[in-house]
Amino acid sequence: MADVTTTPGGSTTSGSIQVAGVPGEFSTSQPGDARNEAVASYDVADFPVPGGREENWRFTPLHRLGGLHDGTAEATSGAIKVDVTAPEGVLVTAVERDDARVGAAGKPVDRVAAQAFSSFGKAGLVSIPKDAQLTEPVRITIHGQGGVAYGHQVIEVGAFAEAVVVIEHTGDAVLAANVEYLIGDGAKLTVVSVQDWEDTAVHVAQHTALVGRDATFKSVVVTFGGDLVRLHPRVVYNGTGGEAELYGLYFADAGQHLEHRLFVDHDTPHCRSNVAYKGALQGQDAHAVWVGDVLIRAEAEGTDTYELNRNLLLTDGARVDSIPNLEIETGEIVGAGHASATGRFDDEQLFYLQSRGIPADEARRLVVRGFFAELVQQIGLPELQERLIEKIDAELEATVG
Amino acid sequence: MATLEIRDLHVSVDAENGPREILKGVDLVVKQGETHAIMGPNGSGKSTLAYSLAGHPKYTITSGEVLLDGEDVLAMSVDERARAGVFLAMQYPVEVPGVSVSNFLRTSATAIRGEAPKLRTWVKEVKEAMADLQMDPAFAERNVNEGFSGGEKKRHEILQMELLKPKIAILDETDSGLDVDALRIVSEGVNRVRETGEVGTLLITHYTRILRYIKPDFVHVFAGGKIVASGGPELADQLEENGYEQYVKGGAAE
Ligand SMILES: Nc1ncnc2c1ncn2[C@@H]1O[C@H](COP(=O)(O)OP(=O)(O)OP(=O)(O)O)[C@@H](O)[C@H]1O
Ligand SMILES: [Mg+2]
Repeated sequence: MADVTTTPGGSTTSGSIQVAGVPGEFSTSQPGDARNEAVASYDVADFPVPGGREENWRFTPLHRLGGLHDGTAEATSGAIKVDVTAPEGVLVTAVERDDARVGAAGKPVDRVAAQAFSSFGKAGLVSIPKDAQLTEPVRITIHGQGGVAYGHQVIEVGAFAEAVVVIEHTGDAVLAANVEYLIGDGAKLTVVSVQDWEDTAVHVAQHTALVGRDATFKSVVVTFGGDLVRLHPRVVYNGTGGEAELYGLYFADAGQHLEHRLFVDHDTPHCRSNVAYKGALQGQDAHAVWVGDVLIRAEAEGTDTYELNRNLLLTDGARVDSIPNLEIETGEIVGAGHASATGRFDDEQLFYLQSRGIPADEARRLVVRGFFAELVQQIGLPELQERLIEKIDAELEATVG
Repeated sequence: MATLEIRDLHVSVDAENGPREILKGVDLVVKQGETHAIMGPNGSGKSTLAYSLAGHPKYTITSGEVLLDGEDVLAMSVDERARAGVFLAMQYPVEVPGVSVSNFLRTSATAIRGEAPKLRTWVKEVKEAMADLQMDPAFAERNVNEGFSGGEKKRHEILQMELLKPKIAILDETDSGLDVDALRIVSEGVNRVRETGEVGTLLITHYTRILRYIKPDFVHVFAGGKIVASGGPELADQLEENGYEQYVKGGAAE
């Protein structure tokens, strides 16, 4: 049997709140504290070694972290190879940790992120000057060559600039990292982070976006590979009118642990956020964790937010933990809602396709591809759409059948 | 000449309190070029027969046989049956989110024909077939059956029948939920395929009105999980007048 906590197979939770100036008069069906973290600090010593019972570690198999959480993972040289290609006008360099931009988006909020912050050598910096309109994406490839690495990457987008950044992870490594997005006023940044690791890799990272006034941040996280991947995308607003769209696709095979924990901190009035993550799971002990924390603070009037997570269980033996947390401290908002659903592979769809002559394995691929394609269409980046679909196809070709 | 032979077919489903027999010995032979109407009251097992022939996993064949040109259909997987020439237009077609109609049609035509149709002629073929069924070309880019009205779903089923050119077509209540115009359009689609003389049609219906458009060669009354009476088109007229009462109460049903 597939084991699904909080949202049993085939079940759905959803809630939506439309409030117009009635403070304190609503509740959500999902209680729980969206602020999981007790501390935030640059110093690893401020975080005790997690034991596995802590709210933010309880789903993560600590023994598979390669020692990232308890100080035993020492960086080895040449563990990862980083290449950056960027269009003309973009500054690509490495900076010291005392550079003002390092840590500017926010502090690490858990032990591994703090370990990464305490342990990295130089930080990578990609700086897109103000008003620049990049016609080509910036590409960052991170290739694991075996061993342990700690990384720090800052991506700075000047006011009113527009850029697409694609970060690709391949190979094998034990990697802990912080990635910061500093998005200037009126700027538009789209980041696609692809985790296409080999089966043995361990990857834990905090992605923190500081979204400027009237700026737009679009994040697309695609996680297919790795033994254990735990990503923590965070959004903080730096001015009113900011907009964040967080999309994610993941596909967990037998034995893989893929965890995405999101936090959107609505601490500024009139900002928007939209979260949509979809995952498919297949095989014994494939495990996906999705936690979506959205906090609307008292001062964040006019907030509009929605978060969604859908999971498709292709076989028995897979497990999903899907937990949306929506916490609202003001009634003066435009809207707030969430939905989470985990379903089994739909045999009726399979029958329908097969009854049109399509062999079972191809029919399964069509259905899964369709499940993801819906989200890819929503992302609305035509040139990326094709590449994403190709990636999904390659993954399905290799695994579903 | 393609022939579908159904011999003493017994089928059950898993009900809450154990298996429940729905089909209780169905015998029927359908030849290429013939049209057989199967008429019966609600719950008599018509859809069960249709799904069993197509191979839906919900139904367990407990005895009997189904042969297509002597080949054992029951031994085939669902997709093998379709490739052998069996087509089922479903009473309730299934929505497949994220899969476009055009992708779906091309994938299934490729599977059935054994090779990918040439793109240029294929596009034209689909366009014309859609136009014949008065389907908006925009449907090609929509997801399979998603948000389609009842009538649109039925047109989409017949579109597939026209493109896939089966040897045996089973139409399960293709007429239900259609207004008069849609019924005529859909019936014309079925008739275009029938006129090729290459399809044997099993027309399952509850009402006689579709028989005004699609003239059957044979009419069978289905009740209590089997065929209880067979005849020519005149049998449909009797049913129109007297309903199913005599068959249901006459002990043919359980
Ligand atoms: N899972 C099940 N458990 C118990 N009974 C079932 C199950 N599935 C189907 N049946 C029964 O099988 C019988 C035949 O159903 P079927 O759908 O074949 O009828 P039908 O003749 O197509 O009816 P209609 O005209 O309403 O379409 C019905 O009485 C139905 O309730
Ligand atoms: Mg029926």
